[in-house]
Order: sequence, then structure tokens, then C-alpha cells
Amino acid sequence: MDAIAEWFRTLYDTTGINITVVYDAYDRQRFIEGLGMTIMLSVVTIFTSLVIGVAGAWAQSSPLRLLRFAINGFVTVFRNTPPLVQIFFFYFGLGQILPRVEDADGMRVPLIDNVEWAIISLSLFAGAFNVEIFRSGIEAVPRTTVEAAESLGYTRLGIYRHVVLPLALRVCLPALSNNLVNLVKTTTLAYAIAVPELLYVSKQIWTDSQNVPVMMLILLATYTVLVGILVFIMHRWERALAIPGYGQGAGR
Amino acid sequence: MTERPSVPFAVLHPYRRPEPRPFRLRLRLIHGVGIAGAVALIGGAAFAQGGTSTRSAFEVILQWSPLLLSGFLFNITISVLAMLLGTIAGIALGLVLIGHNPVTRWTGWVFTQFFRNSPWLVLLFFAMFLIPYEFRVAGTTIPFPDWIKAVIGFSLPVMANVAELVRGAVRSLPSGQWEAAESLAFSRRQTLWMIILPQCVKRMLPPWMNLYSLVTMATVQASIVGVTEMLTLTSQVHAAEGGRPDLLAPLYGFAMLCFFLYCYPIERFTLYLERRFKV
Amino acid sequence: MMQPTTKADPTPGGLWTPDKPLIQLTDVHKSFGAFEVLRGISFDVMKGEVVCIIGPSGSGKSTLIRCINALVPIDAGSIQVEGQEVHDPKLDKLALRRKVGMVFQQYNLFPHRTALQNVMMAPVHVLRQDRDEVEQRAHALLKKVRLSGKENAYPGELSGGQQQRVAIARALAMRPDVMLFDEVTAALDPETVKEVLITIRELVEEGMTCMLVTHEMGFAREIADQVYFTDRGVIVEHGAPDEFFSAPKDERTQAFLSQIL
Repeated sequence: MDAIAEWFRTLYDTTGINITVVYDAYDRQRFIEGLGMTIMLSVVTIFTSLVIGVAGAWAQSSPLRLLRFAINGFVTVFRNTPPLVQIFFFYFGLGQILPRVEDADGMRVPLIDNVEWAIISLSLFAGAFNVEIFRSGIEAVPRTTVEAAESLGYTRLGIYRHVVLPLALRVCLPALSNNLVNLVKTTTLAYAIAVPELLYVSKQIWTDSQNVPVMMLILLATYTVLVGILVFIMHRWERALAIPGYGQGAGR
Repeated sequence: MTERPSVPFAVLHPYRRPEPRPFRLRLRLIHGVGIAGAVALIGGAAFAQGGTSTRSAFEVILQWSPLLLSGFLFNITISVLAMLLGTIAGIALGLVLIGHNPVTRWTGWVFTQFFRNSPWLVLLFFAMFLIPYEFRVAGTTIPFPDWIKAVIGFSLPVMANVAELVRGAVRSLPSGQWEAAESLAFSRRQTLWMIILPQCVKRMLPPWMNLYSLVTMATVQASIVGVTEMLTLTSQVHAAEGGRPDLLAPLYGFAMLCFFLYCYPIERFTLYLERRFKV
Repeated sequence: MMQPTTKADPTPGGLWTPDKPLIQLTDVHKSFGAFEVLRGISFDVMKGEVVCIIGPSGSGKSTLIRCINALVPIDAGSIQVEGQEVHDPKLDKLALRRKVGMVFQQYNLFPHRTALQNVMMAPVHVLRQDRDEVEQRAHALLKKVRLSGKENAYPGELSGGQQQRVAIARALAMRPDVMLFDEVTAALDPETVKEVLITIRELVEEGMTCMLVTHEMGFAREIADQVYFTDRGVIVEHGAPDEFFSAPKDERTQAFLSQIL
């Protein structure tokens, strides 16, 4: 470990390529914490946005007019407004209105902090897209299949859980995977409300160490790897779910 | 020998004559729910804390709206220029991706994936820090203000996405089109420009418009790197009004409404086109 | 695009005379990966002759016909059209393709152009012929395939049989010396097969040299001068249609015909 760090220090001395995140313990610590924050944001928002997507798509087929309208309104608004403004709206707009609470040390802190707001707004943003994606998948399930399930005595929720959703999921996986990749990329917006994620710490590092181009390339490469991992997982999932003769897997 | 799969009519469906029904943005109840929602969001927020304030949020927004809207117009300008630049570069890159030279094709692919999978905000930083603020060409200095760098920063992901669109559309055409053109002695260039690409335009239009909508909504990110656009102006207005916390929600709500009114019709029109070109 | 694949000498086109074979295949081999599709095919087609190739699916018929106008490169052997080696790297593809017209199973019309434009495109843009003259010819060709009045229809508005007849007119617009038909009725509804076959028969009656890959045995028997039966990449048997269909010699031919007829 020390030898590697030493090598990178020499690299800086001889070539000027300054990769502090490898040899400088403080920078490395910051970078790893930022990476951890980005991964945490990604995993949590992916999960909640999927829940929103599944629940929203189900609610869209609800017999309650009001519920359908509410879901449609939510989807339309969040799909057509900038995610950054959404984050600001939540964090500055709503965050200021909410009461402050006392924490363990007796400090008055906001009820919902910036990380939580980032999670909420990013989940809602990606969730709105997921509702739309699941809806199109559900529409692709033939009416006759649903009728068959109905005639077997399934309840509405039962049909959704056991027949419609499993089939819809297979149809919409490519679009879903696209949206989740997008979500991981969008977590950078949390930077704007000072969430110490990857971009935020990277900027601190390049400001301190004056190594903007190098740090930027490391940052881009890190995101490429993160996105690559997600794409790989989604691919595996797609492959695992593939049914011969159905959906995207057919005929390949 | 593999027998070609029989998909007799798949090629032909997208090109049905235009339906007589023209596109109209009908503000039906369902469509209006979104707008109503956005208005309610702002209005509700503004109303909730009217209270003791000297001026209502509505008055503040009304007073500052010319400034805020000029900022919004700047966002639109950035988005249009970035889209223009990115589309031109993207088509060129897309042609490389479907080219015959394996070396350029592979390089182009790496290039495309890199810019497609990077967060837009990071690319924006990338453009801001790594493009010099002026260029010197033959003795004259061409200044490169921040907003032009932002345009370039946004055009990078646009380029990569357009390149993928071109590649995907060309790929999606049945190989029979290439074969038929070849058997009629069209050169590769002629085939591409006269037969393949004209058919791709229709397939690419809806996703391209989607992309435009995304670019427009991304332009607010320019405020993070110091370009004075609508979001920057919004916070300046907030400061000018004495930094009242109750004004923040209505002000950002107003920004959301502006983008919504611009992007929602685009989305509807995209959906309409998608249905019309449906395979 | 096409890779040079043969060692055969190109014979200068000028030496060809109508008494020699218009198309001459000599020991043609072609593999896709490890799978050998054509395993030494040889035959001649004389001017004015009509040749039908029949055989089970996957026997290499479509590949064979695609090799003749250089859509698919061959691995070994020689294919000559009017004395010109098709797989010679120095070959003038343009010259070859004006000589050889091709019609596909899936019609492959250009869906963004009308029927008339489909017929006119290649002569105008490739052969750079006069637009007015080409347009007159295109009208005449569409009339000939009984599609007068459909000039301004887009392919998507035409039935399969109509599209296939436009495709025939499109190939004829290049004034080819030989026409290749690759299972042109296989994708059609039974009712529209007939109208396409009638069009082909008229061409044959005018003396056009034709090569057809087909599953229409009755039609093959009626119009062919020679019938070739291919299986697993080789020509199993060939002969004049009457003899071929009434008294096939090879077991495989007998088995195939008994399944089909």
C-alpha cells in the first residue's frame, strides 16, 4: 500500500500528474466518503423510485377517479420540470417552512436535512418516470391474459402481482434500466444543496490540490464504472427474467 | 444457409400516409391535471405562509416576472444552441459508428459511451474548467464567455445521445433495404443519404424531441457553474426581496411552471408523433 | 465492401458472345462461419433460358442467387455473368448490376418513396439518365405490371402482391439482361401469388433470361427450361421440367417432391 502511494507521489514529482486520492490519506478519505454517499443515494433512490413506480402504475388503473388524476398530475409535473428546480423547491421552499427540531445535542436542526431532501426529490423525479415506464409495460400485457386471470378468480391486486406485473416488467426492463442509469447520473444534482457526494468532494479536492483535469478524469471514470456496474446488474436481471418467446428476449 | 425471418410488413407500417386528424394541444381535463397541479403547488405554497408578510408572493413574482422570464428565455437560447451543436456533431459521430472502418468505429463507440454515461453536471464542469475563456486565432482574440462554454458542455451529452439515435435507427432498418439498394447499383454513400437516412428521420424525431426536452430542463444546471440564467436570477430576486424564506417555494414554483409550460406541449407532441409513426 | 475471394482470371467482358452462357457458375463454395452453405455448385444459364431452383429450406438457394449479383461474396470457384467474373475485385459493380436485376422475397421497396419514385430512383441517380425519359419508362413499366393509377401510392398503401410487382418494375427499369427472383411469392397471400406469377410469365414470354428460386412447383413446371434441385449445398439433380417432375431419379428429389406435391 505504501509502495503504491509512494509510486504515485513520484509520478506527481516527475510528471505533474497529481492523483492525490491515491497517496494522500485525507483526500482518499474524502473521496471514499463521497463515493459512499453517491452509492447510498443511488441505491436508496433506485429502491424508492421503483416502489413509487410500481405503486403509481397500479394506482393508475384504480377505479377511483381522484386517485388516477392525482397520479397523472404527479407524473406530468415531475416529468416536465427540471429536477434541479425540484430539488431547490423541496429543499429551500418546503424545507424552510417545516419546523425545526432539537437533535440529541440540543441543537435546532431542520426536520429533514439536505441528504434526506435529495433522496425525496430524486426518488419522486425518477419515480414519475418509472410510473410511466411501468404503465407502458402494463399496456403491453394482452387484455385476454388479464381476462384469463379474472376468470380464474384472481382479485385485482392478485392479477397485478402475479400476472400483469411479472409480464410488464419483462417488457419495460430496457426502458427501466435506462431510467435508473439516468437516476445515478442525476444524483450529482445533490451537489447543489451541499450533499457531500462524489462531485462535491471532487470539487473540494481539486480546489485544494489544484489538479482539476486529473481529478475530473478520475471523476468521469468513476461514474463510468458506477453506471457500468448498474448496467451489468440490469443485464443479468434481464437475462434471468427472460422467458423464451416473450418480450425482448424472443427470437434471439 | 439461414432462411430470412419472415416479417413481411414491419418495414411498411411507419410510413402510412399522415392521418387527417391534425395535432392539437387539447387542454382536456386529464391533460390539464398537470398544469393544475403545478399551479396548485405554487399557489398553495404561496398561500400557506401569506400571514404577516408585507407583500404576497404573487405580487413579488408579478413584479419581477419580466426579469425572470428574460432569464428563462436565456435558458431556451442555451438549449437551442446546445441542441443544434450537439445534433450536428452527433450525426457526424453516428455516421462514424455505422462506418466500415473498425478502428474509427471502435474509437467512436468508446467516445459515445463515455459522454453518454457521464452525468451532465460533471460534463458541464468539464467544459467550464477545461475550455479556455478565450481563443487566439490569427492575432485576434475570440472571447469564450461562460454561457458559450455551457452550451458546449450541454452539447457533449447531446452529441453522444444523437449518435446513438442515428446508430439505432440505421440498425433498426431491415437489411433488405441495403440489399435492394445494392442490387440497384446504388453506391454506399447514395444508399445512406437517399434511402437509409431519410427513413431514419421519422424514427429519430420523437426520441430527439425527448432529448431536447431533457436539455432544456438541464440548462438550469448552468447556474451551478456561474452562468446567470433563470435559477440564478430567481435566487437574486429572493435576496432582493430581503431573503424572506416564505418566498422561496413560490419563486421556485414559478420557475417550475415556466419550464412546465414549455416542456409539456413538447412531450404531448412527441407522444402524438410516436403514435403516428407507430410500427 | 466485397472482399476479393477468387483467384480466377477476369475474362474481358468484350469477348462474350450470345452463344456462350450468360451466367456460368463453376465449383462455387461459400461458408458462413463453420457452416458450408454452398459446396461446389456448377451450372450454366444461356440467354433467354428460364432456370428454376427448388429445394428444401436451408439448402442454400437464396445464398446462391445472392452470390450471382455479388450481394454475398464467395469463398472459392467462379461466377461469370456475360463472361465477366463477378467476384473479381476489379469488377465494375455498376456494370454488373445494370445487367442483373433482382427481386426479393420481402419486396424491399423504399417505403419513403412512392411506387413511381421507387421505379425511377436507380435509373435517375445511379445511371444518371434523363429524368423525363425515365419517368415515361416508369409509367410504361407500371402499366406493364398492371399498376397504372398506383403511381403515387406509397408502398405501405399497397398490398403485398402490388408491392412485389412494383419491385419487379423497379428491377426492370435498369434494363437488365437477366432477372433473379428470390422466392418472390413466399411472403404473399395465396390470392395475390397469382398476379405476381402472371407478371413473371409475361416477362418470360418476352424472352427475358430468368433465374427463380421458388416453391411454386406448378409454375416451375410450366415456365422453366431447366429445373435444378439443391440440397445441403449441392445440386442433387437437374433436368427439363417434364422429365424432372414426372420421373425424378434421385431419392432425395423423390422424397422432396412427394412432400410438396
